Amino acid sequence: MTTSSLSPRTAVYRHVIPAGDPWTHEIKRGQTLRIVDVEGNQAADTLFYDAHDPSNRYSASDTIQRQAALYLSTGTRLISTLGDELLTIVADTCGRHDTLGGACSRESNTMRYSFDKEYMHACRDSFICGVHAWRPELGKRDIGPNINFFMNVPVTPDGQLTFADGVSAPGCYVELRAERDVVCVISNCPQLNNPCNAYNPTPVEVLVWDA
Amino acid sequence: MDVTINHSPAAALFTKTLTHSGLWSAVVSRGKTLRLTALEAGANVGVLLYNAAVPSERYNLPDTLKGQHIFYLRHPFCLHSDMGRVLASITADTVGWHDTVCGASDAKLVKTKYGGVNYQAARNDFQRNARDSFVIELAKWGLGARDLVPNLNLFSKVVADEAGRLSFVSSHARAGDLIELRFEMDTLVVLNTCQHPLDPDPQYHPREVRLEVFRTLPVGADDACRKSRPENERAFVNTENYIALRTA
Repeated sequence: MTTSSLSPRTAVYRHVIPAGDPWTHEIKRGQTLRIVDVEGNQAADTLFYDAHDPSNRYSASDTIQRQAALYLSTGTRLISTLGDELLTIVADTCGRHDTLGGACSRESNTMRYSFDKEYMHACRDSFICGVHAWRPELGKRDIGPNINFFMNVPVTPDGQLTFADGVSAPGCYVELRAERDVVCVISNCPQLNNPCNAYNPTPVEVLVWDA
Repeated sequence: MDVTINHSPAAALFTKTLTHSGLWSAVVSRGKTLRLTALEAGANVGVLLYNAAVPSERYNLPDTLKGQHIFYLRHPFCLHSDMGRVLASITADTVGWHDTVCGASDAKLVKTKYGGVNYQAARNDFQRNARDSFVIELAKWGLGARDLVPNLNLFSKVVADEAGRLSFVSSHARAGDLIELRFEMDTLVVLNTCQHPLDPDPQYHPREVRLEVFRTLPVGADDACRKSRPENERAFVNTENYIALRTA
């Protein structure tokens, strides 16, 4: 657990993302992004891209490999598909964030739950809208496995994987320093079929500070 | 670990042995099975899979893991795409644990760990890395770095402790170990035998691996992979619907 000394009063940008909405924003090198789990136990599905090269994007496996660790917390460097450091987590009052669970999609909901869940809103649809808001030529091909801030997906030593109740609580936040100009796309997860949002999707707030 | 052999005893319709840091890519159609055999202990095969007709659909690490509540791959699990469908099923496996979370080596890692010996110095014993190997083969199918996603690392085992710290398990695969992937969709397979990125062995030493492709029997309703999880049954139905609509 690492708290931040930054005051919301000095933020250059503040925005509340309602559950089920996408959010797209450029974070300049040296700026700090804070994501706040306003009401607790909300999954913030998050992608990052090199702002000048969308093919160089956040990579879950490179991040896991570089740190030899599954969970993200203070000190974790977020690594891109081309091996670059995109951002570093500099504060975290939650303690553990997931990058194995990926995003929900309407298609995977049929596989995971039942065929009649297909109509339900899902993160991938928000991601598609979110990347289009930045560059219309981008699509599903550009959406790789994401980070789930505030989500708890424990792996046991014998290799089982479960979705557990969140370790997050109202007001928990994570803060990241951009190591290069990046574009952040968040889908504030609308999933109602598992405990990742405590079955009650709620808003998250994003704040940005200059260096 | 029991070996389940589902393919007919007929001869393989394709055989190739990968030597050095071998690279390979091919479209393998639905109904065929690719057998990979480690010819030396300690092998690793990095693999990416794409829908051959619509390659924006590809192997998806999170859906494969969360759909089956697993952190690693083995028989009778399935390899899921990002569209709720099954690209391939693990129909035979003498190893029992294959990594899929640690990704691929890159040029920097190979230089740091092994020296990065180039072609000028070593001719065809030069040191390739897995990411560049993927990109080279992807380019031959109109794909590229934009299409890199977390890959399979067949024959390699990485375990996590309670805090999520990862440890590579050395001497995991033995000579003669094999895994079979039965394709449920026409699939672009892109693979290489570069070492696992967390393998602490300081020697650059890709192992020889044999590839064989067989024609296999249609998947029955009682198929072990299909029945291994209700999620897999639904993913098979999604796959069959997709194929029914696509084919004449």
